[in-house]
Amino acid sequence: MVKKLPKTDVVIVGVGWGGGIIASELTKQGLNVVGLEKGQERQTEDYYMVHDELRYALRYELMQDLSKDTITFRGNEKMRALPMRQYGSFLFGDGLGGAGVHWNGQTFRFLPYDFNIRSQTIERYGKGKIPTDMTIQDWGITYDEIEPYYDKFEKMAGISGEENPLGGKRSDKYPTGPMKHTPSMKMFKKATENLKYHPYTIPSANLSEPYTNPDGIARAACQYCAFCERFGCEYGAKADPVVTVIPVAKKTGKFDLRTHSWVRRVLHKGGRATGVLYTDVTTGEEIEQPADMVVLTSYVFNNVKLLLNSKVGRPYDSSTGTGVIGKNYAYQVVKGAATGYFDDKKFNTFAGAGALGMVIDDFNGDNFDHTNLNFIHGGYLALTQTGARPIANNPIPSDSPTWGKEFKQNSLKYINQTLSIGAMGASMPYKQHYLDLDPVYKDTFGDPLIRMTYDFRDQDRELAKFTAKKSKEILQEMGADKIDSMEELGPYNITTYQSTHNTGGVIMGADPDTSAVNNYLQMWDMENLFVVGASAFPHNGGYNPTDTVGALAYRAAEGIVKYSKNGGMLA
Amino acid sequence: MTEDKNEKSGAENLSRRKFIRNSSYAVGGLAVGGVLGSVIPWGTENDDQKQQAGKQIKNYNHALMFFSQAEFQTVQAAAERIFPEDENGPGAKELGVGFYIDHQMAGSYGFNARDYMVPPFFHGEKEQGYQGRLKRREIFKIGLREMQNYSHQKFKKGFTELSEEQQDNVLSDFAEDKVNVTTISASGFFDLLRSTTLEGVYSDPLYGGNIDMEGWKMRNYPGDQMNYTDIIEDDKFHEIEPRSLRDHM
Ligand SMILES: Cc1cc2nc3c(=O)[nH]c(=O)nc-3n(C[C@H](O)[C@H](O)[C@H](O)COP(=O)(O)OP(=O)(O)OC[C@H]3O[C@@H](n4cnc5c(N)ncnc54)[C@H](O)[C@@H]3O)c2cc1C
Ligand code: SF4
Repeated sequence: MVKKLPKTDVVIVGVGWGGGIIASELTKQGLNVVGLEKGQERQTEDYYMVHDELRYALRYELMQDLSKDTITFRGNEKMRALPMRQYGSFLFGDGLGGAGVHWNGQTFRFLPYDFNIRSQTIERYGKGKIPTDMTIQDWGITYDEIEPYYDKFEKMAGISGEENPLGGKRSDKYPTGPMKHTPSMKMFKKATENLKYHPYTIPSANLSEPYTNPDGIARAACQYCAFCERFGCEYGAKADPVVTVIPVAKKTGKFDLRTHSWVRRVLHKGGRATGVLYTDVTTGEEIEQPADMVVLTSYVFNNVKLLLNSKVGRPYDSSTGTGVIGKNYAYQVVKGAATGYFDDKKFNTFAGAGALGMVIDDFNGDNFDHTNLNFIHGGYLALTQTGARPIANNPIPSDSPTWGKEFKQNSLKYINQTLSIGAMGASMPYKQHYLDLDPVYKDTFGDPLIRMTYDFRDQDRELAKFTAKKSKEILQEMGADKIDSMEELGPYNITTYQSTHNTGGVIMGADPDTSAVNNYLQMWDMENLFVVGASAFPHNGGYNPTDTVGALAYRAAEGIVKYSKNGGMLA
Repeated sequence: MTEDKNEKSGAENLSRRKFIRNSSYAVGGLAVGGVLGSVIPWGTENDDQKQQAGKQIKNYNHALMFFSQAEFQTVQAAAERIFPEDENGPGAKELGVGFYIDHQMAGSYGFNARDYMVPPFFHGEKEQGYQGRLKRREIFKIGLREMQNYSHQKFKKGFTELSEEQQDNVLSDFAEDKVNVTTISASGFFDLLRSTTLEGVYSDPLYGGNIDMEGWKMRNYPGDQMNYTDIIEDDKFHEIEPRSLRDHM
């Protein structure tokens, strides 16, 4: 019944940033690669009618159809997990390019502290600083080791930026200069300088100028069109796998890309992966694709789901803290933010770009002293101008009505007179936060959904309060007439959008007992299987994840090429 | 202010010229040449101008796909209370929001086509989100009936016959879950009514609401512009004549 295809060198599951980078790097090195993507083909021509807020931002045109697959969620093990039936907290990518098509393009490196978080926290504050059930661990790679791969990703994507005064050391500057500065960005810069902080322009994958990358891919400059995050770029200006790495892979003639191909199992025998089993969603046909090496690049949830459904690796057991698959799920603490209302200043907030903004790292990582604070790490604080589209952006002071005459008046008044400062709070893993298979709910093929057990903890509540307070102080310095800021974080709520920065589940490390993959993202338990993505993060830093995802993908690609020649464990 | 007038009269030419210039790299380049070729004709003359020269065209979009006439009147009246006409400009009714909601409920959104609607259904915590088995279109029908019943019960009249204050009173009772309904959540219905109302006010006119972009005009929202490169750094607030997706055809 299952159709068996001829064997290939490498099969990739999911073709977003992770899959696209792996495909381009391996095909350039002469390997034959089959790319299986469950969604559809994509190209820039599709975005002719893209400036449609309802269709793309509210009806999730480019995201995965939840009727076919979702996750279930509970705050703790005592609760019954229930399906995420509608989108809210985060969005699943789908189709060629994955979420890389509709991301903002804010492209940050993690801090050196992130990679050695456990040892450096203990070194500075002692063991007692880390709560017993907080399972932070070092990444098995240092900042200096990952730096060349960051550089590679940034040059491929053409990241526009200026040096972060408080960041890790760079081997080279950003390939393109920073984005333009809007009046609100200038205000943020001035205010944070007055407060003796260190502002810099958000590193951006929306190109500040035309750019040709080392692969010879040329792209136009960003037009600040304001339809960026949740939208595809009709100019091909935003770095996205479809306009960068995928054409490079295709050009080699060695990339066999198959869309509408939903992978359901990693096949294996005697501790080695032998290929994958997938369903052609247009015909329902089941197909086996044998391969010498298998690479999972299907985002955090599907990476974990495929491993567990295929019985690969040791499933995590929260009661003992043993096992690794599903361990250390973490997220992002973004609600510690503040909004300022200006009575007599007007801003062109309808204009913008996905990664347009100013940011400070004075309260990120261990850039500040935590001795008298009840949390570790921190997050960046940023003012962005991404284009305030009218359905989703109706800012009104918190004490005013949300509908009716007064609402209409306030929303019309404040729409162009409101600025927000947001935090990208880091998220620490806990023993009780993990991903496993749901016992009840199934996807469209009858496979169990991923079940998420996750909630905010004291660490998150304290961190969010802290970032909200700092955000408020900056808005005060900027001269806001009225400021609303978060007071209490409350429980994690899956219904409101926070970020698509889900991490963990197949984490990297130096020790096979406590991690699933080594620092080439090679499975400890199956050496010809590589699992790429933010699933490898042992915790989530105070930044958006994709620069780090991209860097790790380049590192993994290097490892896969090495492995294809010599075999064996790479670390 | 001269600049603004320029924006209006020459916006199309200006942005097209800019666009071509800024993208010339890519046009001659490898990756995206074909794409831009197809995008450039954007903003070419279409039949809008011709239509405007003639008489007022009948809006064929203004008929019902889903609601009954009575339900439609109630939706329209309720939406108008959520986003009322005032000195700033039209309210939901004049903006076509009733038709917008009707058309949305007739389509995939009304059917929750892209939501996970697989059983079993259990009551959950509010942090877990909507867990009901009812589709939006069903919630709407039930909610409207309940609103009608509640109006009769409290004020002895149907919703559309109530004074504005009474209508607001009914809507707040739904919004604050002061109404005793069993099949749906009263506040859940109100939230759906509110969110679809705002969608109808501010989505592209192609969906039937935001008629003549009047929703956008009230807040100086320029709609669908090709680029803002020229103004992005400007201190001055720009009032730009809005454009809609219709202008792409
Ligand atoms: C609105 C939005 C804004 C964002 N903004 C930023 C930002 O500014 N900065 C930043 O750093 N990050 C941002 N992100 C996150 C960023 O998009 C992701 O980190 C990145 O795209 C992840 O890449 P990936 O390749 O790991 O996964 P994805 O892009 O999710 O790709 C995975 C692919 O695998 C496919 N797939 C899944 N399961 C299967 C299966 N079983 N069989 C076959 N194929 C499968 C999916 O369809 C998908 O195409 C944003 C995300 C969103 C949604
Ligand atoms: S804001 Fe810039 S990068 Fe984003 S979609 Fe528009 S033109 Fe493209």
